[in-house]
Amino acid sequence: MTLPTAEEREVILLTLRVAALAVGCGLPVALLFGWILAARFPGRFLLNALIHLPLALPPVVTGWLLLTLCGVEGPVGAWLWKNFQIRLAFTMQGAALACAVMVFPLMVRAIRLGIEAVDGRLLQAARTLGAGPFDRFLTITLPLAGPGILVAVTMGFTASLGEFGAVITFAANIPGQTQTLPLAIYSALQSPEGDAQAARLSLYSVVLALTGLLLAEQVGRRLRR
Amino acid sequence: MALEIAVEHRRRDFVVTAQFTAPTPGITVLFGPSGAGKSTVLAAVAGLLRADHTRVDLNGERLDRLPAHKRRIGMVFQDGRLFPHMNVERNLVYGLRRAPGGQVLAGELADLLDLHQLMRRRISTLSGGERQRVAIGRALLSQPRLLLMDEPLAGLDGPRRREIMPYLQRLRDTLRMPLLYVTHATDEVYRLADQVVLMEAGQVIAAGPLPELAARVDLALAARDDAAGVLLGYVHRHEPERGLTSVACGGEVYLVPLCDVPASNSVRLRIPAREVILALDAPRHISVNNIVPAVVSAIRFDEKAHAALVEIDVGGGQLLSRITTDAAERLHLRPGVRVLGMIKSMSVELL
Repeated sequence: MTLPTAEEREVILLTLRVAALAVGCGLPVALLFGWILAARFPGRFLLNALIHLPLALPPVVTGWLLLTLCGVEGPVGAWLWKNFQIRLAFTMQGAALACAVMVFPLMVRAIRLGIEAVDGRLLQAARTLGAGPFDRFLTITLPLAGPGILVAVTMGFTASLGEFGAVITFAANIPGQTQTLPLAIYSALQSPEGDAQAARLSLYSVVLALTGLLLAEQVGRRLRR
Repeated sequence: MALEIAVEHRRRDFVVTAQFTAPTPGITVLFGPSGAGKSTVLAAVAGLLRADHTRVDLNGERLDRLPAHKRRIGMVFQDGRLFPHMNVERNLVYGLRRAPGGQVLAGELADLLDLHQLMRRRISTLSGGERQRVAIGRALLSQPRLLLMDEPLAGLDGPRRREIMPYLQRLRDTLRMPLLYVTHATDEVYRLADQVVLMEAGQVIAAGPLPELAARVDLALAARDDAAGVLLGYVHRHEPERGLTSVACGGEVYLVPLCDVPASNSVRLRIPAREVILALDAPRHISVNNIVPAVVSAIRFDEKAHAALVEIDVGGGQLLSRITTDAAERLHLRPGVRVLGMIKSMSVELL
């Protein structure tokens, strides 16, 4: 086994960047929805089902829906292009968006469980001390839901590393721009002499995933103390 | 200046209807067996429970119309509820930071509750008693207009309770706001209450000043084994050579064992019912120091225990005497009869 070549390093780096961007942009939204879903309100089940949709749909369908909405011709995509000259389809940002949407249900779920585990009696105490709803969320709920949020981040990140169907549909398979590890493996398998290449790339995938999970375990332990 | 409370709450077959007025400043103790609805009343006042009807009127302002976090009603819970991810100091300032400006006596309060040593400690390292002291400090620092305490000592064992009680008693004398205090422990009632609200099965049975309610032979406090009369007075003078302190209560002077409370400070005397002897004539050559003229105001017979509980009016207040039914009959005791109440100095508890 040799060290990754320059091309392979580029693929790995891109994969990490896409995953980081996906989690970084998805986390605030996931926190908001995790908080909303931890409360009891009418319509909660509908919202929950909507958020979980990417988990149940074939990833290709999610990618196609993204393309329809956020492609250059789609309503959101056209608006972004007209006002901000931002293009998502077939770009690295688009790959990150596809990953973010795919891992969103996992992240929301982990965050919701973390928030629900926070002792409601502490929130009552904060209320009597003059803290309003958002204040309580920031100062009590968020810090105490730390372990759940960490789970969300690591799950989101590691799952993003492996996202395939939605990414290739929405962002396509462009080397150096949207070709993440799984896409590169797929390309390698398509070429007649790509087996060795695919094996090497797969090995990197395993190493990345394991490193991520072990790191999360360590940080999680420290957090619980 | 008064605090008016009215709470109505119905959940399945449990109904709470409570209405009372509390002095401000002053400690109003809600006393009753568990399940009487005391905590329900408190939670509704704090705004943590949305009761069917809640009215909290403090000097003409309707606090119940505000959301809980804007009511400025401080609360101390039985389980402390300190924030585990903050140290003691950050717990203490949590409410302070969110309070509107005004006079903050943080240092004085830290002295009163002895908190200086604890500031840097983590919550998980505190003892039960320390936790409650921090919880009380945290609630007070939020500068509440009204303070609620829901069985703050119930989770503590005997020694810890005795450790905290002096802090609460000191608080009683410095408090500038009304305090509603829920408990089912009588020692807390006698030591802390200015006003008592007796609750049973969701209803207010009686409400009034502690000395009045403690001596009512028809109420729960007097029915207990540790029933006692309470007299309010002030330290008249110390007589170190006799080892006695005289306390003036409504024109009568009571001798109690020498204490270190400064003269003219107000004190309360708790005189257990079983320690009060009744006589028709003054005996001579007797060890009892306190012999006060009194009039019988009510008697309640307990046929099963062959006991009679006699409420006597001693001018400065009411006392209770528990005697045998035989003694009550021998002396022909009935309301209106003049008697002498005899109380050993050693039997008087200075609170």
